[in-house]
Amino acid sequence: MGATGDLTPELLARSVWSDEDMAAYEIPFKDVPFITIGGGIGSFVTVDYLRIAGVPASDIAVLSNIGHPWQTYEYLTRVSQIPRAERIRSDSSSRPDNIWGFPSYALTEAWRDKSVKHLLNVLTEPVFADFWTPRAGTVFEGLEREAARIGYQDMLVKCAVRMVRRREAGGYFVVGSPEGGPKRVVYRARYVHIAVGYPGLRFLPDLQHFRERYGDYEHVVNAYEPHEHVYEFLKTRPGTVIVRGSGIVASRVLQRLIDDREAHGLGTRIVHIFRTYVDGPHGPVFMRRRGGHGWAYQGFNYPKSVWGGQLKAQMRRLEGAERAALYKKMGGSGANTPWRRKWQRQLAAGRAGGWYETRKGTVDSVVPGAHGQLVSTVGGEEIRSNYIIDCTGLEADIAESRVLADLLEHGGAGRNPLGRLDVERHFEVRGTASGKGAVYASGTATLGGYFPGVDTFLGLQIAAQEIADDLARRGFCRRIGPVRSTAQWVRWLLNRPI
Amino acid sequence: MLPLLSGRIQTRLFLLALAGSLVTLLLAPLLPGPVKDHFLVLGAVALFGVGWELVYHLLMQFRWEKDWPTLFGLVTAVPEGLVVWLALRPEPLAFCLHFGAVWLAVWLLANGPMRVPFLRWRFRGGRLL
Ligand SMILES: Cc1cc2nc3c(=O)[nH]c(=O)nc-3n(C[C@H](O)[C@H](O)[C@H](O)COP(=O)(O)OP(=O)(O)OC[C@H]3O[C@@H](n4cnc5c(N)ncnc54)[C@H](O)[C@@H]3O)c2cc1C
Repeated sequence: MGATGDLTPELLARSVWSDEDMAAYEIPFKDVPFITIGGGIGSFVTVDYLRIAGVPASDIAVLSNIGHPWQTYEYLTRVSQIPRAERIRSDSSSRPDNIWGFPSYALTEAWRDKSVKHLLNVLTEPVFADFWTPRAGTVFEGLEREAARIGYQDMLVKCAVRMVRRREAGGYFVVGSPEGGPKRVVYRARYVHIAVGYPGLRFLPDLQHFRERYGDYEHVVNAYEPHEHVYEFLKTRPGTVIVRGSGIVASRVLQRLIDDREAHGLGTRIVHIFRTYVDGPHGPVFMRRRGGHGWAYQGFNYPKSVWGGQLKAQMRRLEGAERAALYKKMGGSGANTPWRRKWQRQLAAGRAGGWYETRKGTVDSVVPGAHGQLVSTVGGEEIRSNYIIDCTGLEADIAESRVLADLLEHGGAGRNPLGRLDVERHFEVRGTASGKGAVYASGTATLGGYFPGVDTFLGLQIAAQEIADDLARRGFCRRIGPVRSTAQWVRWLLNRPI
Repeated sequence: MLPLLSGRIQTRLFLLALAGSLVTLLLAPLLPGPVKDHFLVLGAVALFGVGWELVYHLLMQFRWEKDWPTLFGLVTAVPEGLVVWLALRPEPLAFCLHFGAVWLAVWLLANGPMRVPFLRWRFRGGRLL
């Protein structure tokens, strides 16, 4: 054993490390009881909960490759056509900057704009109005305020995390590579929380094939990568765009194409390909969802009661195949989008004007055509277009994330019925316990567990609450009861730092 | 809050006992008749309410979201008020004032402030126990 100060292959091959190893290899480490990896919205809401529960900032480290918690979210929403002034998908009381969800965003915007319009919307939704949702900008401003209030920057360590390894005497070692600093940082922690968001972009296989085969990354784009050049091109001359996918991102991209068409009098033609074409309301009487013109409609990515009502309670009791079946029934695997008046109007105009057409089926091939065009073949028909926008996926396999891959290989973690990370009802990653230590995970990596709404602000807060309560049971922090909750809420309202 | 049946009932009873009683005590000097009559009204809203919640729960099953929109929580005041009035026949104007104030207070609290002391309430389908 050489005292190299490096993580040698021999050490990396071992799943469990000890303090003696660290001494023998002369690897310095810091002690921090609670570490959260990721530093996005999931890490933020968890840290927010713990700070409100009384955990000092010095007991927490956020290891992240981004500088502020909403950075990745803002990037993804912006490229997928939700700039700051546009409204996001989730509702008024899904507030990642406020663990109580009160006052709701609608109240906040009503107060700021001195207008009851927002409140009337919330009062009459979803029957007489579309679901009210906050502007992206409102969300970011709130997060900025709360981050300052809880001293978020003091807890943040900029680095790319490589792995979490169990420590022989309990707890974990967490290894990260800082940006432009020393080669690595190592932490010794009792509790580790992982919220690394989306492991990567996923392209439709035929589009991936096209990009690789022809080296063309310009004409076939994913909605989650920057693709302004498509909209800029269409402003210079009329063109045809194929849109693939039927989720909210497809709705957004269509809105952008049509907004531009309306604003600049463009001649853009749109061909929208649905793999699954929904032509009307579907499902049995007690599980009946709206649909039409290809789309399945629902306000949020799951039925609302997944976040606190009947479906949440039901799913919590199910295991294995039964759970996977209920996921399927709720349409968790299929795409859906909200029914919004503006979108309905725009697409109806497009159908009437003949410049918005739909096709059902799968695409057999995409090849380059004449004049820099693309030729897609759908059920024998050849469709020519200038661009293809893939609006289907952000859901790569969890093993594409190096931390999660390492956790599966060395940490004892396993997969759930949907193939993602298997977590308990309180979001502890099953199989990863180490002495008195625990690893928790939240966000999209945990989809398929006892709680389906994981990849949403509210879902991340629900996970944070479960985690904070579990940590309270373990004696790491206090359980927030009614008195503390109320007192802390007043502090939040007055923007008093904790 | 997305209600469970048990959560609906618990929340109703809790808020009527707390906010309902407070509003009743505050309004009592303005209302004709003895205070006990007004508490009788309150009791009836609670008692019949348990039955109503069963009906609402059933109706909710026809909704894909399994939710209960904010507006429903307000307009259900009409049938509920009518049934209580028919059962007890109190003085109409005073009843409207009292019942309306209680209903509004409960509805307002359930749509936000409840979450402040009870951090887990909204994720537990409205259950307090
Ligand atoms: C376009 C879009 C719109 C959405 N709209 C809504 C909405 O309206 N309402 C809603 O509730 N939800 C919405 N969501 C879903 C979800 O709430 C957000 O994506 C949210 O940001 C997820 O938080 P997270 O912490 O899981 O991931 P992120 O916020 O993405 O944070 C994870 C971070 O971890 C970092 N990371 C990953 N690996 C490592 C590593 N090894 N070391 C260090 N750092 C690492 C990543 O860089 C990333 O910044 C939306 C998602 C998308 C994509």
